[in-house]
Amino acid sequence: MKPAPFEYFAPASTDEALSLLAEHGYDAKVLAGGQSLIPMMNFRLVQPSILVDLNNIAELAYIREGDDGGLRIGAMTRHRQVETSPLAAERAPLIHVAMSKIAYPQVRTRGTFGGSVSHADPSAELPALSLALGGKFRLRSQRGERWVAAEDFFVSLFTTVLEPDELLVEASIPPMPPRSGWSLQEVARRPHDFALMGVAAVVTLNEKGVCDGARLVFISAGDRPIAAERAAESLKGQAPSSKVMEEAAEIASMQEIDPSSDIHATAEFRRHLANVLTRRALEQAFQRAAETKQEG
Amino acid sequence: MDRKLIGKRVVRNEDPRLLTGHAQFVDDVHLPGMLHAAFLRSEYAHARLLKVDVSKARQHPGVVAVFTAEDMGKDWFPGPPLVSPPPTVKDVVFHSRRQVPLAKDKIRHAGEAIAVVIAESRYIAEDAVEEIEVEYEPLPVVLDLEQALQPDSPLVHDDLESNLAARLSQKKGDYEAARRQADVIVKRRIVIERGAAAAMENRGIVAHWDAQSEHLTIWDTTQAPIPIRNGTAARLGLSEHQVRVIAPFIGGGFGPKIMMFYPEEMVIPWAAKQLNRPVKWIEDRRENFYATTQERGQIHDVEMALSRDGRVLGLKDDFLHDTGAYDPYGLTIPLNTQSHNMGGYDIRNYSSEFKVVFTNRIIATPVRGAGRPHGIFVIERMMDAAARELGMDPIELRKRNLIPPDAFPYEHQIIDQAFAPLILDSGNYKAVVDKALEIIGYEKFIKEEQPRLRREGKYVGIGVVPFIETTGVGPYEGARVTVEASGKVNVTTGIGTQGQGHFTSFAQIVAEQLGVKVSDVRIVTGDTSEFHWGTGTFASRGAVVAGSAVHAAAKSVRQKVLKLASKVLEAPEEELELEDGAVRVADIPQKSISLGELAVLANPLRGAVEPGTEPGLESTSYYGPQYGATAFGTHAMILEVDPQTMMIKIRRYVVAEDCGTVLNPLILEGQIHGGVSMGLGNAYYEKLHVDENGQLLNASFADYLLVSSTEMPRIEVAHLETPSPLNELGAKGVGEAGAIPVPALFAQALENAFYDRKLEVLEMPLSPNRLFELLREAQENEKSV
Repeated sequence: MKPAPFEYFAPASTDEALSLLAEHGYDAKVLAGGQSLIPMMNFRLVQPSILVDLNNIAELAYIREGDDGGLRIGAMTRHRQVETSPLAAERAPLIHVAMSKIAYPQVRTRGTFGGSVSHADPSAELPALSLALGGKFRLRSQRGERWVAAEDFFVSLFTTVLEPDELLVEASIPPMPPRSGWSLQEVARRPHDFALMGVAAVVTLNEKGVCDGARLVFISAGDRPIAAERAAESLKGQAPSSKVMEEAAEIASMQEIDPSSDIHATAEFRRHLANVLTRRALEQAFQRAAETKQEG
Repeated sequence: MDRKLIGKRVVRNEDPRLLTGHAQFVDDVHLPGMLHAAFLRSEYAHARLLKVDVSKARQHPGVVAVFTAEDMGKDWFPGPPLVSPPPTVKDVVFHSRRQVPLAKDKIRHAGEAIAVVIAESRYIAEDAVEEIEVEYEPLPVVLDLEQALQPDSPLVHDDLESNLAARLSQKKGDYEAARRQADVIVKRRIVIERGAAAAMENRGIVAHWDAQSEHLTIWDTTQAPIPIRNGTAARLGLSEHQVRVIAPFIGGGFGPKIMMFYPEEMVIPWAAKQLNRPVKWIEDRRENFYATTQERGQIHDVEMALSRDGRVLGLKDDFLHDTGAYDPYGLTIPLNTQSHNMGGYDIRNYSSEFKVVFTNRIIATPVRGAGRPHGIFVIERMMDAAARELGMDPIELRKRNLIPPDAFPYEHQIIDQAFAPLILDSGNYKAVVDKALEIIGYEKFIKEEQPRLRREGKYVGIGVVPFIETTGVGPYEGARVTVEASGKVNVTTGIGTQGQGHFTSFAQIVAEQLGVKVSDVRIVTGDTSEFHWGTGTFASRGAVVAGSAVHAAAKSVRQKVLKLASKVLEAPEEELELEDGAVRVADIPQKSISLGELAVLANPLRGAVEPGTEPGLESTSYYGPQYGATAFGTHAMILEVDPQTMMIKIRRYVVAEDCGTVLNPLILEGQIHGGVSMGLGNAYYEKLHVDENGQLLNASFADYLLVSSTEMPRIEVAHLETPSPLNELGAKGVGEAGAIPVPALFAQALENAFYDRKLEVLEMPLSPNRLFELLREAQENEKSV
């Protein structure tokens, strides 16, 4: 379990990193926290000839308030920093609470926000949560800069719209509208494992307590984070009840997600779990939304 | 006996070294000029090996040598049989087929070593491995135990008529007669699958041939350094005194490290001698899944005959045992299963035949439990099925059948791994069961708490499983105890150590006799140049067998101390006491001499000594038990299950254990905790998934779900002590005990939790997915009824 030979660069600035990617993009892999890439290299599943290590780029590690009142997270911010950030807890509680579900403290101390999003593992939390919260990502290259919404970013298994010379440098998570509630429900064999199934729910109530909008995004349910749009649509204009939640869960789990079978769970069991977890997530999210309504 | 140190919660002598990272492990050995090895392993589980072309790899910069089976010439031959031939019972069949250093002509399991690259670094060695070209002719694989015995099955070993490796039947009483008298017959099929031992430290070996002194030194993660030394000497045509095997600190054994002469253990010392340079090979985690032995694959067809009032009249169990590609370890595992199939119950009529089957999987050798968890799973699952059939409380049924305390020594009659009819030496089984019931509050739980929880919609079940563990088998171990001039004591023994706390428990035994501090007793294990004779650490035998040898040697040194001190202090031996590192005359504290001073007097630099006198305060003793000691325990568990997600939470976990005299409760509890974690793995987490081609699908800790701290319950342990009459310490082993009853316990608690479904668990390990399927099946069966 030793990696194949590779050439190693450790740029100290984003510009330097972008210059290296402009030169070597197609042959290079970007090393962030290394919690997925390094094991894959050690197994020789990936054999990049060039490694561009971002760990010396201090300017990419930060958590700050966004102009919209949301959260801006630099690509090299460690999960552990987000986990312990009061600002993250206040502005993006769904992201904050998810941190403790990502692997275990050793991994979270190294793993980065940008690394997890760019790796685009459909079993990971951050791609799904970025999508559920309507987040977007700032991508830079020597050619320029662009913002891409999370819903347009993830293409398929481990594949995003990132060009070989591009680097994801920042994530922007907008604040939730007033009277919103959220929930993250997961089933994992052990707390630190990738979820067999997971779902993030974000719901918003209007002043009458009727659902104004909802997002349901599933983890380990397809080749990328899967947003169950029809299920979310079915909730709109409805007062939350077990019946509407059950219907939404049925639509999402039977029609919208596309889980596969592997050694840990069959697709059938995953659909069953998706159904159970959707109901639980909606129940909790609507309850939270109702509570903020009372507070407001 | 009044004991000052034995039985005390003494903190471990070895911990400062281990916890500060100063303990030496094999990978810590760095020698000048040392080379590194990497193995090419077969992609196929079953294939003819048509061609191995290593020419490109040999030219890779930094590669020193590449060896294949052909390159080994006359030095290429299989490993030795590791246990004696099977017991001579009627109609026994045994075909011995042992693993080879490097595969020649045919591949028999995925991961079998084909060639070794030896290079300046492990990186280079692995790069060069990728340049070896192999032509395979894939063959149909043998995986399913029943299909393997069909006449049209492909053969793992072409020279045999079938894949039958062994067959052995044992009988006690007359099962057929018992069956005719029975009111109730319960029949089940029980399937047990493989898991990995997954020690924290993988295997590793460093070999150093010193051509000037013609001496070979090997550092090896082995549980049995002396047999490795003897076998290596034999393989290389050296004297046993030319080979030194050091088994330094080892990060867990759990059985597979007793498998002597893994291919790497045959190849690396040979290569070091060929190249005249030190060679290191450290197994990586992926290799560990492909190249280290595993255990537990069996299929049982069981039948239990009972009377209406809940007496088990007889038991019949015919089973298949998966030995994998080879069977170097003989019949130890299935014999253990066969001898644990009756648990701690007084069953008079028993009939069992096992067939051992060759398959295209990694060799099966003992893993903590070694066939015993299978036997306990079988009997305990049958007990629960029978209790349901009889409409009887499952605990009551068990109590009615336990061996009573006045029946010891109990003639069990079934031949076990010691190759003699098993005798259960001592025990008070019902007391242990009662202790577990009392701590977990069984009556209160089923009468009050469980009904309340069920009303709240919770699925919470209780399980209680008793078990036996045969331990402390022969042949023997030895120890040498020496009082040094400093007054400190040195103890050497031949067994190895892999975390069992020998540096403390043996020190306690010696300190008890010599009146020194436990921390002043230094223990040396696992270095063949320090002690020549012995076998190894396995079969829960370290404390019993080596511990007894240490005890005997310490007593003998005590006699020497007293004899000499009596002369020096001019006082009769009976008036002397050993206390605080000195000998003193009772009631006259100023009349004393330190052990160090006595040690100097016993080894004078000048002057004459009496003829026949041995120098020093030193003694060597050996202990070989007449037969093994058998421990007994009972585990109890309260388990909560989310009936929708199948996620579990263990609310309570209780262990009542009787392993005879407790040497150190701290160490004992550690053994139990570790065992329970492995047992939980076997129950609900750990499974080796193999596809239809014999390829392992989860050869990493990302996908092989080892139980971690987040899954472990708090474990409440109670000790009962029924000393073994077989050794002076009264000790019994406990190394494997923790793992043995857990899958059976888990299954029972699960069935009890799903009180409103007709769930029956007849397999291990389960998983949330499998439990979901079983509940579906139960639901469908109910509908169709």
